Amino acid sequence: MTAPAIEIKDVQKSFGNISIIRDLNLSVAQGERHALIGPNGAGKSTTFNLISGYIKPTSGTVTLRGEEISGLPPYQINRRGLSRSFQVTNVFANMSVWENLRCAVLWTDGHHYSFWKNIDNLKQVRDRTAQVLSDIGLTARRDVPAGLLTYAEQRALEIGITIAGGADVILLDEPTAGMSHAETERAVSLIRRLTEGRTLVIVEHDMSVVFGLADRISVLVYGHIIATGTPEQIRSDPKVKEAYLGEEAA
Amino acid sequence: MTELASSVAPPNPALSERLKFYGIWIAVALLLLVLPKIFGSGGALTTFSLIGISIIFSLSYNILLGQTGLLSFGHAVYYGLGGFLVIHAINIIGANKLPIPLPVVPLVGGLTGLFFAALLGWVSTQRSGTAFAMISLGVAELIASSALILRTFFGGEAGISANRTKLFRLFDWSFGPQIQIYYLVAAWTLLAIIAMYALTRTPLGRMCNAVRDNPERVQFVGYDPHVIRYLAFCFAGFFAGVAGALAAINFEIANSAYLGAVQSGTVLFSTYIGGVGYFIGPIVGAIFVTALSLSLSDLTSVWQLYFGLFFIAVVTFAPGGITGLLMMHRPLLRGGTLGKVLPSYLIALIPTLALVAGLILAIESIVHHTVNPGDDPNIKAFGMSFNASSPITWIIALFLIVGGFVVARETWRRLARAWDDALTVAHERGYHA
Repeated sequence: MTAPAIEIKDVQKSFGNISIIRDLNLSVAQGERHALIGPNGAGKSTTFNLISGYIKPTSGTVTLRGEEISGLPPYQINRRGLSRSFQVTNVFANMSVWENLRCAVLWTDGHHYSFWKNIDNLKQVRDRTAQVLSDIGLTARRDVPAGLLTYAEQRALEIGITIAGGADVILLDEPTAGMSHAETERAVSLIRRLTEGRTLVIVEHDMSVVFGLADRISVLVYGHIIATGTPEQIRSDPKVKEAYLGEEAA
Repeated sequence: MTELASSVAPPNPALSERLKFYGIWIAVALLLLVLPKIFGSGGALTTFSLIGISIIFSLSYNILLGQTGLLSFGHAVYYGLGGFLVIHAINIIGANKLPIPLPVVPLVGGLTGLFFAALLGWVSTQRSGTAFAMISLGVAELIASSALILRTFFGGEAGISANRTKLFRLFDWSFGPQIQIYYLVAAWTLLAIIAMYALTRTPLGRMCNAVRDNPERVQFVGYDPHVIRYLAFCFAGFFAGVAGALAAINFEIANSAYLGAVQSGTVLFSTYIGGVGYFIGPIVGAIFVTALSLSLSDLTSVWQLYFGLFFIAVVTFAPGGITGLLMMHRPLLRGGTLGKVLPSYLIALIPTLALVAGLILAIESIVHHTVNPGDDPNIKAFGMSFNASSPITWIIALFLIVGGFVVARETWRRLARAWDDALTVAHERGYHA
C-alpha cells in the first residue's frame, strides 16, 4: 500500500481566539480525484492554504506522500510536487501568456536561478511550454499580456500555470467560479484531461462539476469534515443533507 | 512535442532579424568609437564620460526598479563604495608597482558593490514595497554618515584622491588625457549594457519580472522570491560599483557625496524619467538627465528646481517616462495614422511653450527677490535679459501663465481627441503595439 498523496492529521488553525479549522483529518490516495465542498466560510480555501504552505497550521501535520510538509514554505512544497491554483485569478499580469507558462516550467526543468543561460535557447522549456499552451487552448493568445485576457481565458491560464511544472498533486480552488455553462463544461473536460494520472483535490461550488468529476467527496462545515465518501454516499448522507445540500435545496 | 513547439512556440528570430540585432550593437560600438572625432573638445569628452557612467548606474538601478519592482532610495551606497575602494586600489597598486593596468581596475569597484550588496541586501530584500524602500533609506543614511565619521578610510569632507596615471601601462596609454578616459568609460559602458541586457534574457531575469508582477504566485511555481530579489540586488550592486569606479577614475577623487542621498535621488530621477518599462529607458534617461543638468546649470542658478518640476510632470503625465511616451506612438507609426496627430501636436506646442515661458519668467523673478534681494534687478536667465522688479515683467509672466494655460488646455483636449481617433484607426488596422 503506497502512502496517501496527501494526509492531514488533527490540523487546527486559529487566528487569535477564533478557530477556523478544528480537528481536520483528510486522506487523499494517489491518483484520486477528491472534491472538497461546503458552505461559504467553511474553511475550504484555508484548507488549501494549509496544505500548500501559504499559512502554517497551529497544530497537527500535513504529509505529502508520507513526507511531512507542514511548516515548509510554499516554494519547497511546490518543489516536492504539489501545485495549486487560486480562487481569485493570480497570474503575472504584465507578462504574456507564453511567459506566464514558461515561468511555471523553469524550476522543474532544473534552471532554478541560473543567470548564465539564454532562456530562448532552452529547448525542453520551450517544448514543455508549447505543450501546456496548446493543452489549455490559448495558442492564439500566446503573446497577449495575461492581464488583458478574458475571464475564462485567465482561468484557463491559472490552471495552465498550476499544471505546467508537472506536479503530481494538484489543488484547484474553484476553477469554474463565475463561468457560463458552456465555459464550465470546457473547463471540466480540460481539468479531466490535464490531471489524468495525477492526484487532484478540487474545491467547487457547482455540484454538477463535483459529482461528475470526483471519485470521493469531503464535506467541510465550520472548519471540520463531517463526511467523506463516494458521490453516492455523500448524496445519501443525512448529516450532509442537513448541513449543506438540504440548505441548498431549500 | 518538438513539432508542436515549432508550430506553437514563438518563432526563433530569423537570420535577418538576428543580423539586425547584432547590427545595432556594432553600430553603437562604432558610434562610441567615432564620437570623439566629431565632438573632440575636452568639455564634450567629459560630458560623454559622465553620460556613460550615468548609463551604467541607471541601468543597474533599473535591475531593481523596472525589472524586479524594488524601489531603492539608497542605490548610491554601492556606487560610492565602489568609487572609494577604487581610489584606494589605485593608490595601493601605484605604491606597490603592481602589474595591474587601469582598464581592469573598475572591476574592483564592481566586486566592492557586489560584496556590500551581498552583505547588506539579504535583510532588505526579505520584503518588497515600503519595507524595502525604508530599509534602503536607512542603510544609505548609515553608510553616508559613516563616510564623514571614519576619516581614515573615507577622508572626511575632503574625500580621498589618487593619481590614475601612475599605474602599469598597456600600449603606452597613460590615461592622463580625457580622450583615453573617454575610451575606457565607453568600453565599460558597452560591456555593461550588453551584460545587463543579457541578464534580462536569462531564467533569473525573467523570474525577476515575475516577482515584480506577483511575488505571491512565484512561490507556487517553485521559486523563493526573496532569493530572486537578493540576486537582483547583488547584480545591481555590482554594476553600480562599476559605475562608481569609473566616476572615481574620471575625477581621481571620491568623497562622501558619492554615497549620499542626492546621488541616490539622481539615479532614481534618470531611470524614471527615461522610463522603467523598457530596457533602453534608463539609457535615454541617463543621457537626457546628464546632458540637461550640465546645460541647465549654465543657464540658471535654480536648475534643480526645474528638474524637480520636470520630474513631477513626468510622474503625473507620463508615468512610462520618455521611452514610454515614444513607444505610445508605435501603433500610430505602424498603422500609418501618425500624420493625424502631428498638426494637433504643433498647435498644442505654441500655447504650451508660452505657459512654460511665463512660469520661467515668474520663477526667475521670484528667485531673484528671495535669494538676492539687494542685487541689480536686471537679470539674465536662459539667455534672456529682463528686469525682475519691473511690473511689466510680472504682467507678461501672469499673462503668459494664465492665457497660455487657458488656450493650452483647449489644444490638449483637441490633441487627446485626435489621438483617440488615430489610435482607433490603428487598432482597426491591426496594430496594437
